[in-house]
Amino acid sequence: MAAAASACGGAGCRPQCSASAGGEGDAPAESMGRLSISAAAATCGKCDGGGAAVAVAGGVGMCADCFRAHLFGKFKLAVTSNAMVRPTDAVLLAFSGGPASRVALQFIHEMQSKAIQSWETSNSQALPAFRLGVAFVDESVLSVRPGHEIDMAIEDIKSILSSLSPGDKQLHVAPLEDVISSGSDDKAARLKELVGVINDETGRDDFIRCLRMLSLQKIALENGYTKIMLGTCASGIACHVLSATVKGQGYALPADVQYVDTRWEVPVVLPLHDCLAQELNLLCELYSLKTQQLLNRPCSGINGLVASFVSRLREENPSREHTILRTAQKLKPFSFNKFSANGYHDFLPSRLRPKFQNIDANESTFSEILCLICGSPFSESELQNLENTKHKAQKKIDLYTAHCCQSCHFQILPAATDMHGHFFSLLPKFWTEKVDTASASHSSVRDQIADYLLDEDDEN
Amino acid sequence: MDGPAADGARPPPPRAGSRLCVRCGERKAALKRPKTLEQICRECFYIVFEDEIHQTIVENSLFKAGERVAIGASGGKDSTVLAYVLSELNRHHNYGLDLFLLSVDEGITGYRDDSLETVKRNEIQYGLPLKIVSYKDLYGWTMDDIVKAIGLKNNCTFCGVFRRQALDRGAALLKADKIVTGHNADDIAETVLLNILRGDIARIENGLIWLYHDPGIYSPNAYRGFAREFIKDLERMRPRAILDIIKSGENFRISTTTRMPEQGTCERCGYISSQKLCKACVLLDGLNRGLPKLGIGRTKAGAGADSDGKQRIKRSERNTSSLQGKHGNFDF
Repeated sequence: MAAAASACGGAGCRPQCSASAGGEGDAPAESMGRLSISAAAATCGKCDGGGAAVAVAGGVGMCADCFRAHLFGKFKLAVTSNAMVRPTDAVLLAFSGGPASRVALQFIHEMQSKAIQSWETSNSQALPAFRLGVAFVDESVLSVRPGHEIDMAIEDIKSILSSLSPGDKQLHVAPLEDVISSGSDDKAARLKELVGVINDETGRDDFIRCLRMLSLQKIALENGYTKIMLGTCASGIACHVLSATVKGQGYALPADVQYVDTRWEVPVVLPLHDCLAQELNLLCELYSLKTQQLLNRPCSGINGLVASFVSRLREENPSREHTILRTAQKLKPFSFNKFSANGYHDFLPSRLRPKFQNIDANESTFSEILCLICGSPFSESELQNLENTKHKAQKKIDLYTAHCCQSCHFQILPAATDMHGHFFSLLPKFWTEKVDTASASHSSVRDQIADYLLDEDDEN
Repeated sequence: MDGPAADGARPPPPRAGSRLCVRCGERKAALKRPKTLEQICRECFYIVFEDEIHQTIVENSLFKAGERVAIGASGGKDSTVLAYVLSELNRHHNYGLDLFLLSVDEGITGYRDDSLETVKRNEIQYGLPLKIVSYKDLYGWTMDDIVKAIGLKNNCTFCGVFRRQALDRGAALLKADKIVTGHNADDIAETVLLNILRGDIARIENGLIWLYHDPGIYSPNAYRGFAREFIKDLERMRPRAILDIIKSGENFRISTTTRMPEQGTCERCGYISSQKLCKACVLLDGLNRGLPKLGIGRTKAGAGADSDGKQRIKRSERNTSSLQGKHGNFDF
């Protein structure tokens, strides 16, 4: 879910995030923090090259090349063992400009280059290479940056892309307000009004993350992409584990912290799932991978508090984030956290297919009810509340409200109940349409059996 | 928690002039309730506070009439309030419980003395009989003795393990059916959070905390302080977050592949343990054999071996005392 996508995905959370690459002009040795080696004589523990160790990962000191290979290894393993990218896929990489998405861009580009190479050298005997595009969601409408700064930032992103070859990667820049309506009315004003109606600071932050994900979905659908790749890293996921817990979302928590998320029309994958933000920052520094963080909004409210908490924990113990992730792994993922459509894995060699194919076939169609706003699966009590409301709902608004999870209900819906109608009217139509269609089919069934239902109180 | 009005976490619009209690509308509001930010008078606060506890007891069927219930009493504010409220409710709603106060004396000179005085006062004020069990009675060692033997480095481990069992053992000695403690929402929220940080999932079911964790060390770390501060900051930002953490704990879906704690009993003393010997017996072993490092560090409890053979300490002069010999078996 979008919340995981940017909770410190190397992108923002400015004072709390570990060294933002390239921004402050710190010497690499100082900004390595815990990863720095005091003894200059320490050599790489992985290769025989005898190079100086510049980073520590997995308890081993490594030279730059081995460190890079270590991170690339984790990326590639995540992609292949979760069947994230098929040869026929068109992958849209969500690029925020931060270190994590910069590394994701670099690594997926390298995987694509190799695939192109083997396709070309094999005389079309090997599998074709996947298509790769890059998306940037421009949220400047919600900040106060002057126009020329924004243009410069986008130019920077373009130049980052053009430095990667071979392979043409199309860049899609979409302003956030486009997701509100496709008409020509003043989208920016409408977006600001929508955000302004939300009283809670954390709620606003989370709502914008939801919009960000919708924006990516829109870009992907309109341009024929079949996968969205996020740069969300282990540190971002650790933050999300804690912030979801403190928001009472313990039930839905596992949904957002897996490698794969198929709740959306275009499935979302997280290949940097096991890489720490600190490692990704360091890699950008070591290899001068250019980042662009001017346009990033720092997270605020509870998300900001969690980010600074995790930052302190990290200073006290660098492997704390991994421990938090291990905890989250003890929670049961949902059925939409894996690919299970028939024929999906056909591109794999037959000896590997059984590994991926759905063992419990009765879970293949996901039946969870999702929150209208954030997509969280409904817990028992939320389902109960929805059922009760369905039977009693007089107005559409009540039904929309009941389709919001308890967290969104508290922090996103306006405090005053009579403002709910206004809020829903400002939302993009397709959000509330889902509920409309669901309730239409429900009410037509109800009509058919109306004569046989005994109501306690007669409602007309 | 699902309805917007029920949690009432948003403050009511300020009224010009009067600040009347939102509950009774008669008396002047004396405080803003932290849980709901409602402005209520003192009397109504007492009423809702006690009523909510009564509801918790009733909804979770915590007691049966005629049960003998030990109230864990430390002398602190939480257990004092607990003793007071429980005896009030027992009287008011005729729970029919046989209540008594149970206090643990760790044998730390100057530390427990004040709190024990408070508990003795509670005994008189609330008319609840008081029983005190000491580490000396239960284990043969006071904390002062332990510190003399091992110094100040790992004494927290001993005290924590011993205290956890002391209430249990004391209650069993005194034939209690149930123990109640004054753990509040903040404590439980902190437990849930700390466990996440440690790699354990703490799930809350029927008011109990189930820990799914690997056998490991129980040692204080710097992150406890951070966690406490974080919770305080969180509460300031969003008061209901404390209860939301608990709600998360109640709703965690634990994967079936996660190792469930195996509940066996200690070979030596019969206490619940997932290992051959319970933690307390392992630690006591170490003390009595002059090997105070036994059970400290990352070796599995009950493995028997020193984690660091190089740090053998000279034997203490203390008499060997096995828990079984002195106190009989505890049957659970």
